[in-house]
Amino acid sequence: MTVFIQYLVNGLSMGSVYAIIALGYTMVYGIAKMLNFAHGDVIMVGAYVSFCATSYLGLPGWASVVLSCVACTVLGVLIEGLAYKPLRQAGPLAVLITAIGVSYFLQNAAQLLWGATPKNFTSLVTFQVPEFLAKFNVSAVSLVTIVACLVIMAGLMFFTGKTKMGKAMRAVSEDKAAAQLMGINVNRTISMTFAIGSALAAIAGVLLCSYSPVLQPTTGAMPGIKAFDAAVFGGIGSIPGAFVGGILIGIIEAMAQAYISTSLANSIVFGVLIIVLLVKPAGLLGKYVPEKV
Amino acid sequence: MKFLKDKQTRHDFVTYAMCLVAFAIVFFMQSNHMIPRMIAGQLVPITAYIVMAISLNLVVGIAGDLSLGHAGFMSVGAYTGIVTAVALESAVPSDPMRLIISIVVGAIAAAILGFLIGIPVLRLSGDYLAIVTLAFGEIIKEIVTCLIVGVDSRGLHVIFNITGNSTINDLHLLEDGTAIIKGAQGASGVSTYSTFLAGAILVMVALVIVLNLVRSRTGRAIIAVRDNKIAAESVGISVTQYRMIAFVVSAALAGAAGALFGGNFSQLSATKFDFNTSILILVFVVLGGLGNMRGSVIAAALLTVLPELLRQFSDYRMLIYAIVLILVMVFTNNPQLKAFFARIKDRFASKKEVAADAQ
Repeated sequence: MTVFIQYLVNGLSMGSVYAIIALGYTMVYGIAKMLNFAHGDVIMVGAYVSFCATSYLGLPGWASVVLSCVACTVLGVLIEGLAYKPLRQAGPLAVLITAIGVSYFLQNAAQLLWGATPKNFTSLVTFQVPEFLAKFNVSAVSLVTIVACLVIMAGLMFFTGKTKMGKAMRAVSEDKAAAQLMGINVNRTISMTFAIGSALAAIAGVLLCSYSPVLQPTTGAMPGIKAFDAAVFGGIGSIPGAFVGGILIGIIEAMAQAYISTSLANSIVFGVLIIVLLVKPAGLLGKYVPEKV
Repeated sequence: MKFLKDKQTRHDFVTYAMCLVAFAIVFFMQSNHMIPRMIAGQLVPITAYIVMAISLNLVVGIAGDLSLGHAGFMSVGAYTGIVTAVALESAVPSDPMRLIISIVVGAIAAAILGFLIGIPVLRLSGDYLAIVTLAFGEIIKEIVTCLIVGVDSRGLHVIFNITGNSTINDLHLLEDGTAIIKGAQGASGVSTYSTFLAGAILVMVALVIVLNLVRSRTGRAIIAVRDNKIAAESVGISVTQYRMIAFVVSAALAGAAGALFGGNFSQLSATKFDFNTSILILVFVVLGGLGNMRGSVIAAALLTVLPELLRQFSDYRMLIYAIVLILVMVFTNNPQLKAFFARIKDRFASKKEVAADAQ
């Protein structure tokens, strides 16, 4: 039982990381209708910035997180403005390939800046876990990750539901032209979405590397793909969907690793995704829009 | 040459001729040792990538289904091809003959898998189809990584290494046996049997198959399905059937390309055929032009050679590659820039006219 709970907590915390990344994917997809393949690499950049801030500049952990959030926000807005904005009217494939180009660019730039050898990321979370949780081998990082995910999720729900900017985002994702007619600055709204998504990616990067401390230019790639899966799993474009999808993917992966096979864990995750999409073509919480003539 | 009056046919024959001339030039250079060593090693992979690009263009450009897992079919073709070639080493001593057999077997294996994957995948479309093909690509990669295959005089032995603890010794091969695929290490110690000639022939075969398919009644049906599913269905075209035809033919070609590719390396691990390879081929297709086979051939050849040519920039070459990719996409797809280039073109054209008038 203890072991089971331990796996469950592992799954939950990994799932929380996926959920935070998936929120970035899903918001960008919802609003710009594009698969932002470079998102996984923004995570990696966020982790590197935090790593440099703590090991080279000697900043405290929280300051490094703030710094990496700021850096990734700037990066996200820059990427959007330079690479994606000129392609607003282009077909989805052109944008996809550009996103892949950005992803290559970030990975190779990181390799030039920080080298290909993996850096050993020291966990930023160092407090003592309460007694009753320590019994189940729950680590402090897991706890922080899960709490962070819940807070971010609640914050985003409030933001999109109650604030003016959030409402503008929903309006733009519903119908760009109509939103523009209502006086919403579409370009600014899209930039804002990228900014939020990238800041979330920075937090996800720090949490991911606190959890598994190997940091290298390709660190973000696989979690990026899995978080993307999580977003689709929950219904892409839906914020609660990304959360549910992320947590489920994390738990399925942890259980598959523990009870079935370590080397086939990813296959099982992807297999579940395929089955879910066949039964519910728009994901768990996605809106299914039937094609009309 | 009456048939050349048709514009499409003419276009296709120019493509064939262009490929033949290019291959002839490469052969000439090869026999005179004029090819730099770093590119000489890339010749067979280039032909394999060209076939991959043609085959992916059939799915993405002609049938309109974005597939992100095409490298999976390539890996199935490569591994069945390698196993076939090694297993037949004593039965069929001639290398070219074994290469042909392994390409055919690889193509058939990939086609069967393409059909099986196509049944669930083709129920979806758009971004969902993309993510499911991506998922299948990753699944194929992991399953291949779990395989341990060996051959001896009793036949073929296969272990599916789920626990990750099995090794080649668990195959209990006889003295005369050879291990072909060693799990995560992949295939190693295999003699290479692919040649550039075989690659060139395969490219031509793939071009003939795909171009003829596209210009046929079936091809027109596939294009109709791409352009408007509902309209196509309402005139009696079976949407799933025609998408499936494109998908399976494409998978078979990818399998053939994989078998050719596999025969070029003595060491080949399954991670060679990951998501990045699928993306690389998609980049060839999109840069070459969706639905344009000639473009795919050119893009695949140029973009495989480009990183080699950029080698003098060593560390910066992939960075430059990424920047080139982004710039090309932005310059060819941005409406303002397109209009800008069109204006420049007009100005040159009108200057020429003025010059012509003055004379």
